[in-house]
Amino acid sequence: MSVITVERKVLEKNDAIAQQNRDSFKKKNLFTMNLVSSPGSGKTSIVERTIHNTKDKFKIAVIEGDVQTSLDAQRVDAYGVPVVQIVTQGACHLEAGLVRDAFGQIEKNNFEILFIENVGNLVCPAGYDLGEDLKVVIVSTTEGDDKPLKYPAMFRNASALIINKIDLVPYVNCSLETLEKNSLSINPSLHIFKTSCTTDEGIAEWCEWISSKITR
Amino acid sequence: MVNNTTMHELSVAQEILGIVNQYVPEPKSNNIKSVKVSIGKLSNILTDSLIFCFEAIIGDTALKGAKLEIIETPVKIGCASCKKEYEIEPPIFACPICGNNQIKIVSGTELHVDEIELFD
Repeated sequence: MSVITVERKVLEKNDAIAQQNRDSFKKKNLFTMNLVSSPGSGKTSIVERTIHNTKDKFKIAVIEGDVQTSLDAQRVDAYGVPVVQIVTQGACHLEAGLVRDAFGQIEKNNFEILFIENVGNLVCPAGYDLGEDLKVVIVSTTEGDDKPLKYPAMFRNASALIINKIDLVPYVNCSLETLEKNSLSINPSLHIFKTSCTTDEGIAEWCEWISSKITR
Repeated sequence: MVNNTTMHELSVAQEILGIVNQYVPEPKSNNIKSVKVSIGKLSNILTDSLIFCFEAIIGDTALKGAKLEIIETPVKIGCASCKKEYEIEPPIFACPICGNNQIKIVSGTELHVDEIELFD
């Protein structure tokens, strides 16, 4: 019986393209965030409120990932910022190659911040590096306070957490305190923001944090 | 790439097959016995699903019959205060001895092709 020693990373192709993306983003001096969450937690709303609240401070571009439709890109396009929609045709996550191709369509524009809005899914996107500076995980109060414990890899890999829809806390079975405690037990270094895209509560603090990340 | 794949175990199976094809470019019929992979418990892979996908995509190829052997690797952390490594059971991410949460994950996220075993 003969054995061939391989010892290779399964996702090495993705990782290599992610590194090329990282180099391209760096060359353009971008701050790039990979937004991950379950479907419907408010990724696109966060992007919209961020664009609206920072339009006089910095320029944003957006790569949207969805299984079907360009509805999210249409929403973001209404704000007049560069946006590309990736339709994954069923795939549950974005890969670095898709982001590279999408970035090629907008890179000539002038912007400092790039949002990559991943496919709504708290499982698969955790394993795929896209070349971003950091991951931001978004969880809404309607999802309950146990999600960090159920999807630890996603919360462990993120640098920031946005707890969204805090205006709905009185109506849902979710304790903000428990949600924060669970998140920090998975990842004590998470920066936590509490937001509502309806009342704009907490959006200013989030925008301030992004602002502090830009190197001019 | 993700084209026409709907679950990430399928795209992972395709990447594994791609790597096998680089090492055994022209496999003779049924000469690959097994492909050994290490999968960390934190890598979000459903092993049954990965085996199913792998067997499905090698169905009518020369790799038919090759087994995907999966070694599940535990999550190991390094504790900043004990200066030692321990196995942990997620979702508890803290040192099992001193309770410190300043820990570094040293293994359990890997997704590697280790070796390919051939019939002689």
